[in-house]
Amino acid sequence: MDVDWGPLWLTMQLAGVTVIVLLLVGTPVAWWLAFTKSRIRTMVEAIVALPIVLPPTVLGFYLLVALGPHGAIGGFWKELTGSSLSFTFTGLVIASSFYSLPFVVQPLHGAFESVGKMPLEAAWSLRASKFDAFLTVASPMAIRGFLSAIVLGFAHTLGEFGVVLMVGGNIPGVTKVLSIAIYDHVEVLEYTQAHILSAVLLLLCFAILTIVYTVNRRLPIHVS
Amino acid sequence: MSILTAQLDLRYPAFSLQVDLEIPLRGVTAVFGPSGCGKTTLLRCVSGLERAPNGVVRLDQTVWQDDKMGTFVPLSSRPVGYVFQEPRLFPHLSVQSNLEYGRKRVPAVRHRITIDAIVELLGLKRLLDRRPHKLSGGEQQRVAIGRALLTSPELLLMDEPLSSLDVQRKREIVPFIQRLNTELSIPIIYVSHSLQEILQLATTLIIMKEGRVMRLGPLSEVCTQLDARYFMEGRHMGAVIDTVVESHDTEFGLTTLGFSGRHLFVPHQEQSIGEGLRVQILSRDVSIITSPPDFHSSVLNVLEATVTGIGTIHADHPFVDIQLDVGVPLLATITRKSLVALDLHPGQRVYAQIKAVSFRQEYEM
Repeated sequence: MDVDWGPLWLTMQLAGVTVIVLLLVGTPVAWWLAFTKSRIRTMVEAIVALPIVLPPTVLGFYLLVALGPHGAIGGFWKELTGSSLSFTFTGLVIASSFYSLPFVVQPLHGAFESVGKMPLEAAWSLRASKFDAFLTVASPMAIRGFLSAIVLGFAHTLGEFGVVLMVGGNIPGVTKVLSIAIYDHVEVLEYTQAHILSAVLLLLCFAILTIVYTVNRRLPIHVS
Repeated sequence: MSILTAQLDLRYPAFSLQVDLEIPLRGVTAVFGPSGCGKTTLLRCVSGLERAPNGVVRLDQTVWQDDKMGTFVPLSSRPVGYVFQEPRLFPHLSVQSNLEYGRKRVPAVRHRITIDAIVELLGLKRLLDRRPHKLSGGEQQRVAIGRALLTSPELLLMDEPLSSLDVQRKREIVPFIQRLNTELSIPIIYVSHSLQEILQLATTLIIMKEGRVMRLGPLSEVCTQLDARYFMEGRHMGAVIDTVVESHDTEFGLTTLGFSGRHLFVPHQEQSIGEGLRVQILSRDVSIITSPPDFHSSVLNVLEATVTGIGTIHADHPFVDIQLDVGVPLLATITRKSLVALDLHPGQRVYAQIKAVSFRQEYEM
């Protein structure tokens, strides 16, 4: 019996790259949400939370349009690089980043909010610049938020199905991720392969979450 | 001596701060006033945590804020230390690392205070390896003070640093703050709504009310002004005098204190000869006699005095405050009846009988 492990590897890559992108984009957004007094804050919060409630096919449909050669993102990309975004790995990363955005931003937002302004003011008074204070005070204090963000973002991207199907199609080695591979196996009644891949995904997610909860408990952060 | 200039005008619907101050920074400058009078906001504006539009903040010639010139130096670039109401220690760092946090960020050439000196001064030796959450509130606040001092600031701002502590912890920290001032000679601006703390610590007193400065001057002058009653609770009103221990009388168990060439006899004090001792003479403990005390009296302390002022007389109030000069200002509260009987008037030579002297360690906290 042959099990194609390609989709598993691709899924891992996709989840990994997506988490990195989301940390770079989501951290400033979460920071802004935690500390701004701007009136558009609630609107931004709602936009960030949209992917949680939106059916993946709806999100996927809009992303398909946007990433296409005539779409806002895809058109820009085509002008920049000359190649299309639809049905590519890069396109998948962009789509997954939208899809998993709330799972990274929300834990960080909560963590930054609970750190609050007080330790930051203390750091500034000790000659730390704003960025220095973010790196050396806010980030270590929000370490559990970062951990949750990384894990939830990663795990949520692992399980992505609808959006990938809409945006990425099903190209082996390029956009064929684990969840789609499982779906394919079931379609053609290859239950053994479907079982194996499903079990791998299940165990993987369970293991990640167990490790996270264990580490989270032992992290040396104490707030008096 | 440095001078801090602050011209601030902040207006919110429920709150305003309007000050135009030149504060001589010598010793501890205490800012006193009820909650909501703007004293914390004043401190935050001086530090740069808050920015009053069109404000001016200057330390001598160094401009920290002048919006007409478009200058605003952020807190991280002002040479101030800030001790907050809460310790605000960094929970992920040990006490040692908390102490080093600010020091590491100051160029070595500007270091004037060593970690060892601070550890010694604030009694932190056995705490260094601990995490902040393992410390008591008083210990945490001591670390916070040390952390701020290790940036070798030109000015230390303290915002009610004792208010979150219980009486025991306050007693523990007050001596440390006194030592800061005498041993490190860093000027301190100390915000508090506790008159007791201020009487123990202040050199200069600023009294604030509803966002405005009502009084600014040396503590001994401000608290012996005839209208002091409006700003201080009456029971605590009186002169504060910095004396020096002159001699101990072991036979009778008395100590002689000297100030401005005068002497006070008080029950035995622990301080050795030559040491300073701040005492308070409450206005209600001072009575006035017009003839020399040639009769026998059980009151030991009778000082020659000149009447310098007579307080406002209220028809519905039986008492009146009298300001006296005994080399330093003194305040006496007597009855209106006595005022008439003695026919007191400014410039008159009288004698002040002092029935009790309070010491700082006895101040109620």
